[in-house]
Amino acid sequence: MDLKTLCEAQGVSGREEHIRRMVWDACAAKLGEDALALDGLGSVIATRKGSDPGKPRVMLAAHMDEVGLLVVSATEDGLLRFRALGGVDSRVLVSKRVRVGYDTPEKPALAGVIGAMAIHQQSPEDRKHVLPIEQLFIDIGAKDKAEAERMAPAGTLVTFDTPYTPFGEGLVYAKALDDRVGVWNLLNLLDAPYAGELVFAFTSQEEVGLRGATSAGYRVQPDIAVVLETTAANDLGEIPEALQVCRVGQGVCVSFMDTASLADSQLYRTMLALGKEKAIPHQVKQFVSGGNDAGALQRAGAGSRTVVLSVPCRNIHSPTSVCALRDMAAQESLTRAFLENL
Amino acid sequence: MEQLIQKLTGIYGPSGREELVAAEIETLLAGKVDSIRRDALGNLICEKKGTDPNGKRIMLAAHMDQIGLVVTHVEKEGYLRVSNIGGISPANSRTRRVKFANGVMGVLHEQPLKPGETTSLRTFYIDIGAANEAEALSLISLGDVAVYAEDTFKMGAHRLASPAMDDRMACALLVSILQKLPPIKDTVIAVFTTQEEVGLRGATTSAYSVQPDVGIALDVTLTGDTPEERRVAVNLGEGPTIVVMNARSISNPALVNELHAAAAKAGVAVQREVLPFGGTDAGAMQLSRGGMPVCTVSVPCRYVHSACEVVDMRDVEGAEKVLLGYLGA
Repeated sequence: MDLKTLCEAQGVSGREEHIRRMVWDACAAKLGEDALALDGLGSVIATRKGSDPGKPRVMLAAHMDEVGLLVVSATEDGLLRFRALGGVDSRVLVSKRVRVGYDTPEKPALAGVIGAMAIHQQSPEDRKHVLPIEQLFIDIGAKDKAEAERMAPAGTLVTFDTPYTPFGEGLVYAKALDDRVGVWNLLNLLDAPYAGELVFAFTSQEEVGLRGATSAGYRVQPDIAVVLETTAANDLGEIPEALQVCRVGQGVCVSFMDTASLADSQLYRTMLALGKEKAIPHQVKQFVSGGNDAGALQRAGAGSRTVVLSVPCRNIHSPTSVCALRDMAAQESLTRAFLENL
Repeated sequence: MEQLIQKLTGIYGPSGREELVAAEIETLLAGKVDSIRRDALGNLICEKKGTDPNGKRIMLAAHMDQIGLVVTHVEKEGYLRVSNIGGISPANSRTRRVKFANGVMGVLHEQPLKPGETTSLRTFYIDIGAANEAEALSLISLGDVAVYAEDTFKMGAHRLASPAMDDRMACALLVSILQKLPPIKDTVIAVFTTQEEVGLRGATTSAYSVQPDVGIALDVTLTGDTPEERRVAVNLGEGPTIVVMNARSISNPALVNELHAAAAKAGVAVQREVLPFGGTDAGAMQLSRGGMPVCTVSVPCRYVHSACEVVDMRDVEGAEKVLLGYLGA
């Protein structure tokens, strides 16, 4: 399974079925069907039995879903009104290409573009304001309301349409790097040496409130959960250093806290020490923002010790998010090193 | 009790770093309870078995954590940028002495605001006396947490002030209750919880594993008896409060009545509390598993979430009598 395929596949929160199928097949090939479970919210839980019951039960988690859009109605002249699923800034949407509906062998996704009033028609006052999502429309070339509703009825899901593109020195831009990077690394780690029980949780609905991790955490109740994520790098332009959060290309990010969880202080220190000892590029996330599956996993059942390893991502939650391949490799290496030393 | 509060408020313990507080409480309770254990989030769970095998399981929760400031960035000149852990008020934070776990001291200060800029923790920094980034990083690391360093001190005949009164006062109260508790028919599980200030996290996992029949949180609450304060019908020194509701839980009316009855029997004046904001561990306990009746018994506290949180010892002692009475001691 390559990252390009994972990023280009469509999988908005609650509708992760395309990603789930790829994940399921990849896990089944390595661990066998018997090791796999599908939970009620659509998370895939793959369990690799351990030989040493004295070792802690470890969960590695990454979420399958991406942020996207949802068609809610059509205008008289055949444009689609839509809302966001997950945190989407309306400033990143104007004039972007989207795919309306999910690609299937029987019916390909429709091409669409997000439109707004042209600059020629805007008053100087209009130009000062950000257009809210309610004033943006998806054009799918329908001639009127009836045709639009036939082509893309309310409830149709929409994803960004961005080819996975390597550029610069070891950078890629794509949609959905958050968190297909984590999913990809989880698949890379299926054979990671560890003598204890190892559970791979591919969660659903993270972007709408850590929902898949809530039920997956309850089901698994691991001793330790390591969340493989991406996190917002705010390292462009003239941002003061204190607000940059993390920097793309400078290694995997270890978080001491975010808005959803405090890292277990011992696990946090272990990750930093291992990064140093094994010369794995790493950095500390230098801002408290965002939240991820660790928040739900930590509090599931009687609780778990958690820590988050994130790949820095510029323009996160946009059609063109940017990550560095070396940061992804560092995420995998540090997770491997952690398991080897546990 | 006063000594116990002095001792526990003097220990460093922001959310997620409650180990030292837990260790001290464990020492204080050695031999006083039947079992002591810790869970994945660091909760200290102390169980004292009841004499009646059909008795209830009553969970009493007091949180060990205090609010703090986590270092997010070190500037070239050696100043530390911080973010809040829990409800740090910028207004209460100007030019404050702060301390780190390793004893490093510093001054938390707000830089002059630029035109149009508003106060937030982004305009604050900690000066730890380092000349540059390298020296600062030899003293502390990113992710280290500072707390207000004010010492605990006595005010007037009955009052104590400390930056950790919320909620070490209640930890001391709960320790004292366990030390005095004779054999009773119900099982008491005293949980010294973690991470309350960041969202009742420790109470969430401990209530799940303890699986009690009833949950009572012990905490501090705001008062409305100081100049120009928000109107809250709670006064310092007029007795502990029995919470009817706050933003996170509505107390079980029968349990509220039982606590009032215990107070009347013990001759302790209590106050009824309705707080339209804030929450306590009761909010997490009531939603655990199939749910349970909960209530909060609070001690009025002035200047909550500041470096000088003030309680009146008579309210603390009143709370102890009410709770011991409720337990049937």
